[in-house]
This record gives sequence, structure tokens and C-alpha cells, in this order.
Amino acid sequence: MDLHTLSLSSLQARFRSGETTPSEALEALETRVAAVDPKVGGYLSRNLERARSEAATADISLPLGGIPIAIKDVINVKGDPCTAASKILQGYTSSYDATVIRKLRAAGAIPFGRLNMDEFAMGSSTENSALQRTSNPWDLSRIPGGSSGGSAAVVAADEAFASLGSDTGGSIRQPAALCGCVGLKPTYGRVSRFGLMAFASSLDQIGPFTKTVKDSALLLNVLSGKDPLDSTSLETPAEDYTRFLGRDLKGVRLGMPKEYFIGGIDPQVNAAVRAAISQYEALGAEIVEVSLPHTEYAVAVYYIIATAEASANLARYDGVRYGRRAEDLRNIQDLYVRSRSEGFGEEVKRRIILGTYVLSSGYYDAYYLRAQKVRTLIRQDFENAFKKVDALICPTSPEAAFKIGDRSGDPLKMYLADIFTIATNLAGNCGISLPCGFAEMEGRRLPVGLQLLGNNLEEAKLLGIAHAYEQSTPWHKERPAL
Amino acid sequence: MSAEFDVRHTAHLARLELSETEATRFQSQLSQILGYVEKLKEVDVSGVEPTAHTAEFLNVFRADEPRDWFTTEEALSNAPRQANHLIIVPKVIE
Repeated sequence: MDLHTLSLSSLQARFRSGETTPSEALEALETRVAAVDPKVGGYLSRNLERARSEAATADISLPLGGIPIAIKDVINVKGDPCTAASKILQGYTSSYDATVIRKLRAAGAIPFGRLNMDEFAMGSSTENSALQRTSNPWDLSRIPGGSSGGSAAVVAADEAFASLGSDTGGSIRQPAALCGCVGLKPTYGRVSRFGLMAFASSLDQIGPFTKTVKDSALLLNVLSGKDPLDSTSLETPAEDYTRFLGRDLKGVRLGMPKEYFIGGIDPQVNAAVRAAISQYEALGAEIVEVSLPHTEYAVAVYYIIATAEASANLARYDGVRYGRRAEDLRNIQDLYVRSRSEGFGEEVKRRIILGTYVLSSGYYDAYYLRAQKVRTLIRQDFENAFKKVDALICPTSPEAAFKIGDRSGDPLKMYLADIFTIATNLAGNCGISLPCGFAEMEGRRLPVGLQLLGNNLEEAKLLGIAHAYEQSTPWHKERPAL
Repeated sequence: MSAEFDVRHTAHLARLELSETEATRFQSQLSQILGYVEKLKEVDVSGVEPTAHTAEFLNVFRADEPRDWFTTEEALSNAPRQANHLIIVPKVIE
């Protein structure tokens, strides 16, 4: 069997039985990347020499000992580039490890490679990368989703055993759905954001992309926990996120939010998700209808709050202390204005301007404060729903992967692609996307994602519910032909 | 409200300079988005507290103790121009 096709946990088992070694696994992975990444375009760079020396001395008794993990280009790894796929950070080298990287290293894992994304995580297709195009491994003429498009594509294409991404409005779950892998957005505060370049600080959360639900749980075991360097990380008791894997679904209640099953969903996506719901019933779960009445306002609330926070967070990119600086400068104002105007891409500028406007004098109450109040109502919708059910079940994305270039001229239409994922970030709870079938488009099979949403801090239960379905269906074993 | 949106003025507040093409395109795209978010006016928010953060954090303190952190060289390692442990910028005061 080719080593690169293994899941994280199967690879780990082979290390421990002595069938293979971290060095062999790394070489197999590199061979695979060299063969298919020219088509997929998931990686921006790889530091093979460093990974080789880490693999040679890896301690396989550690929880993730010797396993290479690919990293979205927005999370700092000391000595690696970190550009957020932006020209403004070209040439930037991280001088420290993010907390998640420190935790991966302590668990024996090898951070390997930088993954393409939408610039500063702003986008739903990875087309906003200023550096490179990434394709969907199932159909190279289509987008991989975004913003963590590289993170999803490399796992789906067996170019990584697992990867890290970040999710501000669906940026883990949506590309996972479109590429056919498992993507987990933990509860806000579950995973430290220290060393993640900030987009919207009250919404951003780091999470894993994996080939299986079990691998997702194993990674969360390592990534989660209170961090003194992130004052918004939560103090919670240590727990084992694999503890509900393998449990049956008797007594489990799943809620179908009626606002998530209305017009606008692609018929093939709808059919795959409804078949998954029937499968849950067959496994013994009870399905009930629930309501999240403020769903239709989520996209509007999100694009006010996320852009407002982004306009403040991205003020730091001014060409003074790091990043790209414009040349032939007249004065300090010129330095700021030209470094930013030349360095930021179009979508980033658009969002900074929108965020600046909604926070500007005279408009704050009408836009930002009102959006924060509607955010409260959206949170309450979820609180009420989770009083009745263990998890919510719905599509991750209303459609399968669209063609590269199809949406790039219409930002509003692109924003509406996140309609089923955004409310979760506003409410702060956890969510997972896992494969539930395929849509056939122009003779190609395109993955469809099932989204399960869990209550705050109920990742273990959510992973258990996801695992039961995964193990009873063949979808997670399917691979694209590359 | 969106009728008053002036893309150039707002870009200036964010220290961005737009080309003619960008200004025209953004003016129309952002006006459309501002039109879309007008739907929030339909919602009755009387008596609703705003949410800034989903977890309820009060002040988060830590002990004020020195610890290992960047060296000066590390902190300046990405500076576009530097000399003598200082970052060089154009003259700030004319």
C-alpha cells in the first residue's frame, strides 16, 4: 500500500508496529506532492530539509510522533514564510511558533509545508490568493473552496496526512465539504489563536482537516486548551475527544433547522444530505425539525462584524515594522498609503473599506451596534435549539464546487456561498463537515459535505455522532483520480 | 444611508489609495452590499444587548513577570529598513 494514502491514525499504527518509519512516510509524502501538486497547487512552499531532520529523530511514542502536518499560510511556524497569501507579506519569515505549532511539536508532529489560501482568509474559493491558484482535486477546473482551500485540497489529494486551517465564517468546513474531507471548527476559545494572523478576532478559530473523524478527534486532543498568550482561550477541564467514538446513536436527537432546507440548495446536494439524514434514522437517531429564526440575517451581520474587526486588525500592515514597503517615498503618509495600496489585493481592500465605513463616525450605531444586537439573537436561536437536540444536521454548502472564475466578479454572490456556515461563527459553537456523497456535474463527481453543528464545548459528542455515520457509509474511502 | 457612501473618503480613512477603476468598481459593489445589509433594519432589537464576544470574558489578568521573549535581532528580523537596532522611516516631522 502506498504510505501517502494512509490516515493519520493508520500511519501512526504502522510506525508503532515497526512496519514503517517517519522518514519513509515523509519521503512517500514528498514523492506524492511532487507528482500531483503541480496540478492541485495546494502548497506554497515546503522545508524538506528541516522536516527530514525532524523525522530522523522523531519519538513515535508521542501522541502524534513523526507525523507531518501541513499548515495554512496564516499560522506562524518559526523559520518558515508566513504570508497569508498576500503580497504585503512576501518575504516575511516567522520569528516564533504559534501556540498550536508548539503543541504539535510537543506531541511529536512535524509541521511541514505552507498551504495556499484566500488572501488574509478573505474568500470562499482560494481565488483571492495573491500568490497561486489552487484547484479542486476532483475537477481541476473547479475551486477547492476557501479560505482554507490549500488545507482541504492537499488532504483530499493524499498530499498530506492532515492539515491545519482557520475558520472565520466557514473557512474550514466549506472547503472540507467541497474537497471531500473532514473539517472541524472547534468552539470559539477551545484552541489558542496566538500566532494565527488575525482576521476577525471574535470569530477566528483554528481547526484540523483530516481524512477521518477519528483523526480529527486525535488532533483536537493536541490542539485544544487554555493558553496564557490568548486571553480569549477557555479554561476547561482536559478531555479525550475520542471518548464517544464507536458509541451507538440510540437516544440521540438531531435537529433539522427548517431555515437551512429552503430553496436555493442544489438538488443533488439536497438529495445527498437527505439520504444522510435517513441513514442517521436507520442508525437509531431521532430526527426533529427545529427553527433558527434569524438565519436570514446571518450573512449581513457577518459582513459587518467581520469587516469591522478586519479593518482594525489589518491596520498593522503599514510597511513600517515588517512586510512589503513601497519605494521612492515622499513622507511617512506616503509610506503607509502606498505600502498598503500596493500590497493588499482587491478583496482585502474592499473589506477594509467596508469595515472602516461601518465603524466610522455617524454610522457605528446603524451598522455595527445593530449587527452586534442581531448577533445576540442568532446566538439565542442556537441556545434554544440545543435545549431540544444534541446536534443540528444540514448541508455545509448549498452547492458543490463551482468553476474557477465563475463568481470572482460578484462579491455578494460569493458571500452568500457561506450561508450555512456563518451563523456558527457568530454564535461561537462548534461544527464539523464530513463527506456524504457526490454530485455529478459535467461528467465529474464532486464531493458533497454534511454539516453537523454542536453546542458550545460539545466537540466530543459531535465527533461521536459524526463517526457513527462515517463508519456506516463508504464516502470517506473515496479518492479523486489524479 | 448607502446613498451617502463615498468610497474615496472611506478609503482615505483606512490609508488606502484607489485607482480610478477600483474606485468605480468598489463604489458600486460596496453600495450593493450596504443595500443588502439594510435588511437588518427589519429586526426588532429593542432591549437586546449587543454581543461583542461569544464567551463572556471579564478582565483577564496574568502575573506581571519577566519571561523569555524575542531578542532585538528577532524582533527586527522582518523590518524593511533598519540600522543600529532601529527601524528607519521617512522623516515624520517636516
